[in-house]
Amino acid sequence: MLTLLVRRVVRLAVVLAGVTLVTFGILHVSGDPISLMMPEAPEADRAALRQAMGFNEPLPVQFARFLANTARGDFGNSFFHRAPALPLVLERMPTTLLLTVLALGLSLAIALPVGILSAVRRNSLFDHGATFVVFLGTSMPVFWTGIMLIILFAVQLRLLPVSGWESWAALVLPTLTLATFSTPLLLRIVRSSMLEVISLDYVRTARAKGVSERIVIWHHALINAALPLVTVAGLQFGILLGGAIVTETVFAVPGLGRLIVSAIRQLDFPIVQAGVFVVALLVVLVNFAVDLLYLYLNPQIRVR
Amino acid sequence: MSIGTYATSSVAVGGDSVRGAEGSRAWRKLARNPAALAGALILLAVIGAAVFAPYVAPQDPARQSLIRRFTPPVWAHGGSASYLLGTDQVGRDILSRIVYGARVSLVVGISAVLVSLTVGVTLGLLSGFFHGRVDTVIMTVVDVTLSFPQLLLALAFVAALGPSLLTIIVVLGLTGWERYARVVRAEVLALREKDFVEAARAIGASPARLLLGHLLPNTFSSIIVMSTLQVAQAILQEAALSFLGVGTGSAHPTWGQMIALGRDFVSVAWWLATFPGLAILLTVLAINLVGDRLRDALDPRVG
Repeated sequence: MLTLLVRRVVRLAVVLAGVTLVTFGILHVSGDPISLMMPEAPEADRAALRQAMGFNEPLPVQFARFLANTARGDFGNSFFHRAPALPLVLERMPTTLLLTVLALGLSLAIALPVGILSAVRRNSLFDHGATFVVFLGTSMPVFWTGIMLIILFAVQLRLLPVSGWESWAALVLPTLTLATFSTPLLLRIVRSSMLEVISLDYVRTARAKGVSERIVIWHHALINAALPLVTVAGLQFGILLGGAIVTETVFAVPGLGRLIVSAIRQLDFPIVQAGVFVVALLVVLVNFAVDLLYLYLNPQIRVR
Repeated sequence: MSIGTYATSSVAVGGDSVRGAEGSRAWRKLARNPAALAGALILLAVIGAAVFAPYVAPQDPARQSLIRRFTPPVWAHGGSASYLLGTDQVGRDILSRIVYGARVSLVVGISAVLVSLTVGVTLGLLSGFFHGRVDTVIMTVVDVTLSFPQLLLALAFVAALGPSLLTIIVVLGLTGWERYARVVRAEVLALREKDFVEAARAIGASPARLLLGHLLPNTFSSIIVMSTLQVAQAILQEAALSFLGVGTGSAHPTWGQMIALGRDFVSVAWWLATFPGLAILLTVLAINLVGDRLRDALDPRVG
């Protein structure tokens, strides 16, 4: 157990170093960061700045410095906001997390019962219907779904605001939009994890000894289906954040996604790097937590 | 390691000689399914439209006219039969722009997947075949890639490299290979213990021959299935990048770009954003339906 734990922590550190390298690469992949940041400045100014900011030094030296700065949470100052990039990014985090958690909650509320019923009544009309909805949901571009909801609920019916994040009513459409993106993903996992468990011997034994169907499904089967479910849900978290970025842009939600997208338009790379790093860090930490949870929940590992 | 959606779904198909018979059986299974058949027909229509765009498009997609701007679709009040799906804010024909937009979507979708496939399959083969250090390094790279939402990473790198068709293809390709690596690695790990691999090794086949001649061909069915579904993903990603404003950087219309423009006019002209989105939905749905049936058809365990 302890060795496993140590190994997980070492892997965490290695992956974080890799994440930092990729983040570093965003600015350096073009070969000339200064021209990227200020394409209109005269060449003499750019050369001076290149020297001043240390872009003439060998790449490994620059990366070492970037790594040290990242460890201290220093991504430089935003050109546009004229303030340190990381606090700007962290300031937007709660909005994005609220949107993600609301959408995830709504998705689970739909995906769990529907997915379980789909698996229990395999090949029924209900199952086929659910499968088709999954196909439809995974084939829709999130941003388009959002615009269609705007046309229906904000423009035609005038029930909800077109954009913003100021009132509870404004949260409804972005949450719905992101949920149409995440529900099919979760539904598919719930259904397949349940299907795998439901045909096992111990479920048949439970049924044979007269345990009620409800307890068999919700207690015996679901608890064991939960293990793969949690792992895959952790992996989906990154995809969900990707969806949140697009959703925020559609609805002008003042979150991290919108900050990054406008920073990209303004060539404000400190913000882009800080934003990309924070998102990846979040994904890594969520998956690390899932890993630990898995170690804890899985009795085969726990007893060792 | 992570549990991928496809990692468990297809197990290796035995030896090489049965593949022909299996192929024709797969086709029959595919054809019997109405949803997959519909998907295949839609897909053929989209490919046809893309290839023969100049002949299919009823109008010149770039021609503007201020008199005709915001013409609604033909069935709505004020619609015109010359502009079946209406016109946009500068009077361009939406249907014709959608037809031309199919070119970008398909070219990017297919090319990006070819890049991912090459990188992912190579790394997956190496990772599964050589245990130990090679495997650890490659799997760490996979873990790092998985830490970023693909869209976010693509967004940052396309912006840094400057938007162009080639940049989009390469960036989407290089950010989307990790599924290939994981699945091919898992298959090679299962295959390398099989008798036919042992036998080949025993008669002195070189590692290269084992990899390319014996292991690679047995992963083909999973690669084909994965690739269809990955093309659908790449088309969605390209549309999202275009929507966010780091598109192909050219004058050619793309579906994502059209939706982004339509976003500004939702209150006056709903058709601007609606129809390009339907084009994406239909194309991606068609590919997904075909891909899903292909998986069932190529999986010998499903009857």
